[in-house]
Amino acid sequence: MTPLLQLNALEKRYGNGTLALQGMSLDVAQHSFVSFLGPSGCGKSTALKMIAGLSPVTSGSIEWAGSHATQPEISFVFQESTLMPWATVFDNVWLPLRLKGRSRADVQTQIDAALATVGLSQFAKVYPRELSGGMKMRVSIARAMVTQPLLMLMDEPFAALDEMTRFKLNNDTLAVWQASQFTTLFVTHSVYEAVYLSQRIVVMAARPGRVIADIPIDEPYPRSEAFRTSERYNRWCVQVSSALHESAA
Amino acid sequence: MTTETTPSNNWTLTPIKKPSVDWVRWVLPVVLFTLALAGWEAFVRIREIPHYILPAPTLIAVTLWQNLGSLMGSWLFTIKITFWALFLAVTGGVLLATLFALNKWVEISLFPFAIVLQVTPIVAIAPLILIFIDSTTAALLLCAWIVAFFPILSNTIIGLRSADHNLRDLFTLYRANRWQTLRHLLIPSAMPYFIAGLKVAGGLSLIGAVVAEFTAGAAGKETGLASRILEASFRTEIPKMFAALVLVSLTGIAIYLIFNLVGKLVLGHWHESEVKSDR
Repeated sequence: MTPLLQLNALEKRYGNGTLALQGMSLDVAQHSFVSFLGPSGCGKSTALKMIAGLSPVTSGSIEWAGSHATQPEISFVFQESTLMPWATVFDNVWLPLRLKGRSRADVQTQIDAALATVGLSQFAKVYPRELSGGMKMRVSIARAMVTQPLLMLMDEPFAALDEMTRFKLNNDTLAVWQASQFTTLFVTHSVYEAVYLSQRIVVMAARPGRVIADIPIDEPYPRSEAFRTSERYNRWCVQVSSALHESAA
Repeated sequence: MTTETTPSNNWTLTPIKKPSVDWVRWVLPVVLFTLALAGWEAFVRIREIPHYILPAPTLIAVTLWQNLGSLMGSWLFTIKITFWALFLAVTGGVLLATLFALNKWVEISLFPFAIVLQVTPIVAIAPLILIFIDSTTAALLLCAWIVAFFPILSNTIIGLRSADHNLRDLFTLYRANRWQTLRHLLIPSAMPYFIAGLKVAGGLSLIGAVVAEFTAGAAGKETGLASRILEASFRTEIPKMFAALVLVSLTGIAIYLIFNLVGKLVLGHWHESEVKSDR
């Protein structure tokens, strides 16, 4: 597997002295789907923000492998859909390209394709307030993928959604990932979600935030409801849960 | 890897119902206002109160009609001062707020001056302004501007700082420059706060124009409604005084309605404060 990213003894200490993350070392391969799993305060989101360059690193380093000597194209999906309420769905998805100076006509096809991928083609002219929570999150995913990023960072994107919507969006996320082949770092509290989605789960503990287990989920894609109800899925969940409970102990 | 899973496409859009009884919000205040006027008229007639103490609404209406020509000239002058003051308050307030939002040092240096303008009563500084500035019109304009300026400035600053922090992060991630961040994020985020400031400043600029003219005690051709009120008061023409007051009130209501409409046009399609709810 070609490496994309290497975290070397990454540490984050806030101004008030809180050590949010300690000694996080990790290699992330290109096109992989990796989940960060752990309790609140274990530094999952902090790690994601440092990788995105949104939060400065206290010590340690982030190295981009190969031809990506500098930070490559990254997209971020937040816990909330983080849409601009004053802009239509189309304009929200257009935003990253607009900031790069691309005109509406220039990117029309690209945006139409992104909206079609998340199943929202007919809602291009609608404002976010007219959409459900799940649909807003789909717009957020479309906006993140429209730049064809090399790395997609997703910070508990489905935490606020109901179970059924979450299942649907899990499937949609996998479909988009498989089609686009970007590397995904996915933060979640949910063992079940992490096992369903990931090729690899990085289990983290809190106070201070640190990695305590790195579990490869050796299961083929595509994954479907049949996998979610299978014995193998249960076994993975038990194994990951045990690692999580050990971290709490 | 192959793509077999495709995003489900069975989402439905529930149309937002429009309330069908919009007329109630107009009829209720009109009925109550008419009843209040009728009560006032009855009270004056039954108690036989002299018109130089409290004129009846019908007498005020007749006086307004009879003096419409002279009052309209004064009204136009008040309107001119009010809207020029408001225009300058909006221009200055928005520009300064934008500077404050983009540069912390500018804010630290200049904000105390803005607070001094806000907390100093206009009636206290108006006489000084009238001494320092030769042109009465310019002095009145400055007084009205001082009163209207602060709500625009403070609301716009709060608005520019109220942008969603995740959206700010997104703009940073996509390497937006300052102008792009201002145009696509900060200005739209600030718009509800700016509109709220505009509604307040609209009324205040009228109050500023009237109060400044009271303080100036201006007389002559280039005078506004405040001068007509003072003049009528000196001559104990109380119905005419009320007629001028009615014009001031109607102007205030019109300004409020205009900016209410502006708010609906600008925010109606997205912001909670203006979006109609069918709950």
